[in-house]
Amino acid sequence: MVAGQKKRDKPWLMRTYSGHSSAKASNTLYRTNLAKGQTGLSVAFDLPTQTGYDADNVLARGEVGKVGVPISHIEDMDQLFDQIPLDQMNTAMTINATAPWLLSLYIGLAQRRGIDPKKLSGTTQNDIIKEYLSRGTYIYPPGPSMRLIADTINYTITHVPKWNPTNICSYHLQEAGATPVQELAYALCTAMAVLDRVKATGVITPDQFPQVVERISFFVNAGIRFVEECCKLRAFGEMWDEMTLNRYQVADPKLRRFRYGVQVNSLGLTEPQPENNVQRIVLEMLAVVLSKGARARAIQLPAWNEAMGLPRPWDQQWALRIQQVMAFETDLLEYADILDGSPVIAAKVSELIEGARTEIANVEAQGGIVAAIESGYIKRELVGSHMNRLRAIESGDLKIIGVNCFQETAESPLTLGSDGGIMKTNPAAEREQIERLQAHRKSRNDADVRAALQGLTDAAKSDENIMPSSIRCAMAGVTTGEWGDSLRAVFGEFRPPTGIDISIDSREVLGKKDQVTELRTRVANTGTALGRPLKLLVGKPGLDGHSNGAEQVAVKARDVGFEVVYDGIRLTPQQIAQAAQEEGVHMVGLSILSGSHMELVEAVLQEMRARDLATVPVIAGGIIPQEDAEKLLSQGVRAIYTPKDFSLNTIMADMVDVIRECNGLERLGLLQ
Amino acid sequence: MSSVNATGSNGLDCCSDGEMTQANLPDPEQLALRIQRGERAAVASGLNLLDNKLADARSRSARLLAALSGERWLNDGHLIGVTGPPGAGKSSLVCAMIREWRLSGRTVGVLAVDPSSRPELGGGALLGDRIRIKNSSHDEGLFIRSLANRNQLGGVASEVWPMSGLMLACFDIVVIETVGVGQTEIDIAEIADTVCYVAQPASGDAIQYLKSGIIEIPDVFAVNKSDLGAPARKTAAEIGRSAPRQDRREDWDYPVCLVSASMNTGIKQSQDHIDRHRGFLVNAGLLGKQRTRHHNAWVMRLLKEEFGTFGLELAGGLATIGERLSANRSSQFAEYERMRQHILSRFNSDNSSSNITIKEHHHEQAVI
Ligand code: B12
Ligand SMILES: Nc1nc2c(ncn2[C@@H]2O[C@H](COP(=O)(O)OP(=O)(O)OP(=O)(O)O)[C@@H](O)[C@H]2O)c(=O)[nH]1
Ligand SMILES: [Mg+2]
Repeated sequence: MVAGQKKRDKPWLMRTYSGHSSAKASNTLYRTNLAKGQTGLSVAFDLPTQTGYDADNVLARGEVGKVGVPISHIEDMDQLFDQIPLDQMNTAMTINATAPWLLSLYIGLAQRRGIDPKKLSGTTQNDIIKEYLSRGTYIYPPGPSMRLIADTINYTITHVPKWNPTNICSYHLQEAGATPVQELAYALCTAMAVLDRVKATGVITPDQFPQVVERISFFVNAGIRFVEECCKLRAFGEMWDEMTLNRYQVADPKLRRFRYGVQVNSLGLTEPQPENNVQRIVLEMLAVVLSKGARARAIQLPAWNEAMGLPRPWDQQWALRIQQVMAFETDLLEYADILDGSPVIAAKVSELIEGARTEIANVEAQGGIVAAIESGYIKRELVGSHMNRLRAIESGDLKIIGVNCFQETAESPLTLGSDGGIMKTNPAAEREQIERLQAHRKSRNDADVRAALQGLTDAAKSDENIMPSSIRCAMAGVTTGEWGDSLRAVFGEFRPPTGIDISIDSREVLGKKDQVTELRTRVANTGTALGRPLKLLVGKPGLDGHSNGAEQVAVKARDVGFEVVYDGIRLTPQQIAQAAQEEGVHMVGLSILSGSHMELVEAVLQEMRARDLATVPVIAGGIIPQEDAEKLLSQGVRAIYTPKDFSLNTIMADMVDVIRECNGLERLGLLQ
Repeated sequence: MSSVNATGSNGLDCCSDGEMTQANLPDPEQLALRIQRGERAAVASGLNLLDNKLADARSRSARLLAALSGERWLNDGHLIGVTGPPGAGKSSLVCAMIREWRLSGRTVGVLAVDPSSRPELGGGALLGDRIRIKNSSHDEGLFIRSLANRNQLGGVASEVWPMSGLMLACFDIVVIETVGVGQTEIDIAEIADTVCYVAQPASGDAIQYLKSGIIEIPDVFAVNKSDLGAPARKTAAEIGRSAPRQDRREDWDYPVCLVSASMNTGIKQSQDHIDRHRGFLVNAGLLGKQRTRHHNAWVMRLLKEEFGTFGLELAGGLATIGERLSANRSSQFAEYERMRQHILSRFNSDNSSSNITIKEHHHEQAVI
């Protein structure tokens, strides 16, 4: 059988989401990946770059070059794309609050290299809504943020026409616990908010508007329930087609196509028996390639060691090879849509559409998605969904192989290497980036910089499009922090609702109800013994936006009787220690997943000591490798929890015991 | 595994027979000095002490309050109660007012009382006001303590009053934020010098609710969210029309102002009214008197909570207690502490007969 002879569809764009340490190191990585057959680039920026801070800002401490590449100015951008022809590359940038800025650096670089920006193709993620709901790299309030999105769309449509200025994301909603219906509903509400906003600017003529609609692409998720997920994508396609036709009068069906890229679900990837993640990833990918009519345009896959830390080049290669096997070895690309005409699929699709329509109507009735974010409604819904998921895992109703069942395992050779099976970023990256940045500041023309920044401020204050002045800033050598601060001064900053104030009915407690009752007794009695109810501060230090763990710990702690203070993400160690003091808490629980735990935990401990709080126990949870956990314990942290500790009840019991021990009471031990 | 059983032959000392910690409770007199110097760590540990229900902590709390009281406690500072329906924007408004106070160099202590606690479900609470009140910048002149409202019967938790007193000893302004649910407004009026009611625009129900007696309480009305326009103005007009004057103070005008915490408008004006109200109390010679009255009422409430009606009898009954407190205006707490000791010694000498009464009030102190 010679399958190779048959006419096959062109495969999707294959990417790996990557970037770390420095522009130079990331450039090397990109060029190797391209040589291995990767067909597009997907840039991961570090958190200071994503939140508009320079590498030498106090808030950037410990975060520079950690989870992505630091880009502070145009020279960094130049280095990142060294020997990569911009006019031939398709570049996706996961960038949001600072998207106009990074896009300006990219355009500025193209101009400097003599490349016509009209030839640039790629995507800026540029969706602020899901930042407030899940991803956490927001800066400005919703109003100005939506304006920045509209500005980039209005600009690129004429000046960089092959660019996808925004990527409406439902991916991150599922990673924060959203159900398929919630994913559909909130992503489509977001798309409406963006298009309505663009329309309201009046810049786009009615005959240009279909082009704008066509440029809107989506970034979605695909979880392990792959049949349902495949139906979700078909539902997306139908609903988008209908919405763009009816609401935006786009006549040409080609312009109404639901175009999307995918990263498959990572939330369900596990720390125990991590090799099982490979099967999960393959199955999740099936959902987005199986149905030709609803097939992804671009795919990036996580690696088998997702829940352990950052992937190494070999891990990323493995993820890429999964895609290549699917595209080039299987017969998938030889057929028309294999699901068309299946009544089972059609029924599931309608069910999802029905649910999504109801929820969209609900959000619209509340004044649209921006209002529903400000009021906290959507965030509460997501926290509630995630809570249900964790409760189902805890009760065993939702089975996760290797985690809550089939836990026995032989030792995995994959994790035995001296690197622990994960990527270690260059520890000198932060210092080197700061030196580079400071040298850059000295080398540029100050008058040009001042004039460019003034132009930016003026544009921000007026309704002039933000892009031209940002591109001038890029060319003048302005830094990411300067761009971010100039707009902070005009727009202010925003902290969205945390969503943990959901109402929980104790009757909803699934499965292990007895444990909850027992925990409530333990918490109450320990409080009584100490003289006052147990009070817990849940803290998220640094720029890390992974809030799931903190939210669920807070919700659970409240459910078992703690008085809980949780002020949301992105606080400094100083703010956390100060809150611990003012609130008189019995325990401080930190949650850190960004990899900066060593720096941040140490800083919190120091700030606590400086406030006479050395006796208040500090615990930490998140992505913390064993080796680091041991160091932290020796520095005085009382307990460390990682994803393998999936039972929140067990964690709660242990927390009560830590408090008891620190106050001279006996431990009560494991729950039954 | 653990099980609960109430222990203690003597209810007063119940914890010594059960499980007890060797917590290092602070020396109250020294702590008072540090609090008066404004040391944040001392303020925090003082608040923890006042929150502590262990027998030893209770007597230290009384000593701490006694050490903090004095003439200045009757005359200085400003205790402001901010109340109103859920979501009216109380925290946002307090945040905006704090910005102004801090700009004028005044220090601020805040007690944010959260209503979300559900005693019947283990008492857990999410203390969510802090995030709304605090803007991100670091500020040594601002201190926020959140408290769950643990009171099963409604009304303000009994910890609030002593805590506000402690804060008054070291901050220029003390704000207590509570959600208005009937009894809380009444309670807050028994603590604060000035009660500011934050109203939500266009809620007809709210006006009805206000008219049902609550409207007697606030000294200043702030209709928030004036950025919503007409509905806010309408609400302000309705409140203005219905503010009764009868058994309220003749020469106070019960101002109604329009504010927007989000747009930062009307903040200064509402603050001016609040300041003016304090000035009014001082000029009329009412500030000290009102505080004395409040203190008496709370001492009575605390004694009753700790020892029950029977305990009040042992101290000579309500009337006698009232007299003793009024005779000693500037140090009711020294008086309070004396009465506590008196009752305690009576209890101890009369152990078996008092047991039952005491236990009733200590059932929450059951230990493992
Ligand atoms: C979900 C997820 C996201 C979501 C986050 C949604 C949200 N609002 O939380 C989204 C999609 C937004 C996201 C984005 C990013 N992510 Co992410 N993400 C994950 C993922 C898949 C799961 C984390 C999670 O939520 N788990 C569920 C919760 C309940 O578990 P948990 O937090 O671990 O908590 C458990 C324990 O750890 C413990 N615990 C945790 N905290 C606390 C606190 C206390 C007090 C206690 C007692 C216990 C405790 O108890 C919990 C119960 O089991 C992990 C990989 C993985 N599978 O773990 C990557 C991961 C954490 N992400 C990673 C990265 C790099 C990012 C990005 C920074 C990428 C980029 N460059 O842009 C972005 C930016 C995010 C930001 N602003 O910081 C890396 C971090 C690498 C590292 N540490 O070295 C990981 C490890 C993936 C990887 N291998 O690359 N991510
Ligand atoms: N439009 C408008 N919204 C406001 C204003 N002030 C507050 N809000 C919004 O009203 C909601 C509630 O604000 P909070 O300050 O938390 O109100 P609160 O009265 O303290 O709420 P609770 O403590 O939960 O009872 C938030 O979503 C605020 O953003 C305002 O002046 N205008
Ligand atoms: Mg509030």
